[in-house]
Amino acid sequence: MPEFVTEHRLNILLALILLGGPLVAHFADEPFLVTLATRATILALAGVGLNIALGLGGLVSFGHAAFFGVGGYAVGILASHHQTYEPLMTSPFVINGTNQMLVLWLVAVLVSGLAALVIGALSLRTSGVYFIMITLAFAQMIYYFAISWPAYGGEDGLSIYVRNAFPGLNTLRPLDFFLLCYAVLIVVLLAQWKMTGARFGMALQAVRQNEGRVAALGLSPYRIKLAAFVISGMVTGLAGALYADLNRFVSPTMMSWHLSGEIMVFIILGGVARLFGPVVGACLFVLFEHAFGSVTEHWQFFLGAALLAVVLFARGGFIGLVAGRVRHD
Amino acid sequence: MTEPVLELSGLSKSFGALKVTDAVDLDLRPGEIHALIGPNGAGKSSLIKLVAGELAADAGSIRFDGREISDLDQIERARLGLTRTFQVSSLIPEFSARGNVMFAAQARRKSIFGFFRQVSRDRELIDEAMEALDRVGLSGRAAVRVSELSHGEKRLLEIAMALAMRPRIFLMDEPMAGLGQEGSAKLIGFLDKLRTQAPILLIEHDMDAVFQLADRISVLVSGKIIARGTADEIRNHPEVRTAYLGEDAA
Repeated sequence: MPEFVTEHRLNILLALILLGGPLVAHFADEPFLVTLATRATILALAGVGLNIALGLGGLVSFGHAAFFGVGGYAVGILASHHQTYEPLMTSPFVINGTNQMLVLWLVAVLVSGLAALVIGALSLRTSGVYFIMITLAFAQMIYYFAISWPAYGGEDGLSIYVRNAFPGLNTLRPLDFFLLCYAVLIVVLLAQWKMTGARFGMALQAVRQNEGRVAALGLSPYRIKLAAFVISGMVTGLAGALYADLNRFVSPTMMSWHLSGEIMVFIILGGVARLFGPVVGACLFVLFEHAFGSVTEHWQFFLGAALLAVVLFARGGFIGLVAGRVRHD
Repeated sequence: MTEPVLELSGLSKSFGALKVTDAVDLDLRPGEIHALIGPNGAGKSSLIKLVAGELAADAGSIRFDGREISDLDQIERARLGLTRTFQVSSLIPEFSARGNVMFAAQARRKSIFGFFRQVSRDRELIDEAMEALDRVGLSGRAAVRVSELSHGEKRLLEIAMALAMRPRIFLMDEPMAGLGQEGSAKLIGFLDKLRTQAPILLIEHDMDAVFQLADRISVLVSGKIIARGTADEIRNHPEVRTAYLGEDAA
């Protein structure tokens, strides 16, 4: 690969494309395309979350839709209480609903982090195929719990009638909401980039490559993996919170295993452990869905073919194909 | 006589009917190299694993600094300052040589939760890593990925990582394996000086190295210590000659 195509420059280019596309669409008066880009951005964020566990830590979680859904429901539930003016609970203290995104995000992140702590603490006692299966099992448990919980819509889901508010923005305008989601994605990517090169990132990558060595050096692989899993769940939960506001609707499908699989597909298409891997993957996914979805309902056939091609011929995904192997100092 | 840093007594371990460690008594005193020799399958590596905490003993005690540590796991023992090197190099393959030693220096600080400060600008870790690499003669290869290092370089990197841990005792499992004559000679010179920093429990197949380095030698056969003494005593020990050295002398 030529030297000038460094991953860093490629990432900046990709970030600009993701910003420029919707801006052009906005001025061309195509709000639907702006919303489509918003969907891609939010799904990318969900993938960024999983990439921390799967890419950096080698933790193949097949249950990340659970955190996506938990984040979404946190928003849906609080917003529904805000709409009805009924407090969420009254004793021992009163908790009211809210329509402020900043509060909703914080709650979504905390609740999904807590879910990840519990699920991770139990699942990380296993590894390999067992870990994949147990994370799937936990996600399915939460999925069926949501279906059978009539207070918040059960199988029918829960509507948010007016998109929640963010200071200084009109979130109902597609471009405003896109820019908000885009800013969140970029901030999280910057934080992940810093984290990867800091001590925690080193420990996590070392655990992925040689767990026994890390233990022999006196660091606990379990604690490192659990911390990564919680951070990962929080980021995916935040994506779920944004997704709830995008659709103004949450339902158990947000937690289905299909979605867990799709998030994993983003990462594989874009490049495992690469910073912008899930961003590229999610954009490709949404583009496929949009381009082929209007032609045939079997658009996933083409997605499957693309996935197969990546796995067989381009193991580093899109980023690996363009920017080459991962470099470490 | 100084108190031993490490003291094993009656240490036993079986896998089914196979006794890999059979009532072993052994100690390691400050400033010494205590070599453990024995034929293949004698249970030398298993003994190191028992001491490091990778295997749990069935019976017996392990005292470190006068404290019973049998109930501590591998991670806790490493934190107390028992640092081992591996018979088959166990490194972080995608990190550079320097990255591996920096990670060991980070581990010594028990530091996991750093999220912002970049290790590539962490002078403390870099300086410590470069110093350790320099001591084993690898500073010229600091930026090379482990997967691109030669076998001998990986062996030295193992030692450098152990140095960066600044341990109380070294547990070294065949550090010379595959080093070649020149490499072994250099490493012998290095370990000779290292014993003053921390005592070394050394498993080694290279008899020249053992006889040059060891203050004391214990001979392990079928999980049992059959002889113990200085290099000269072991060299002339009749049982040892038949059980072990005999094969090599032929």
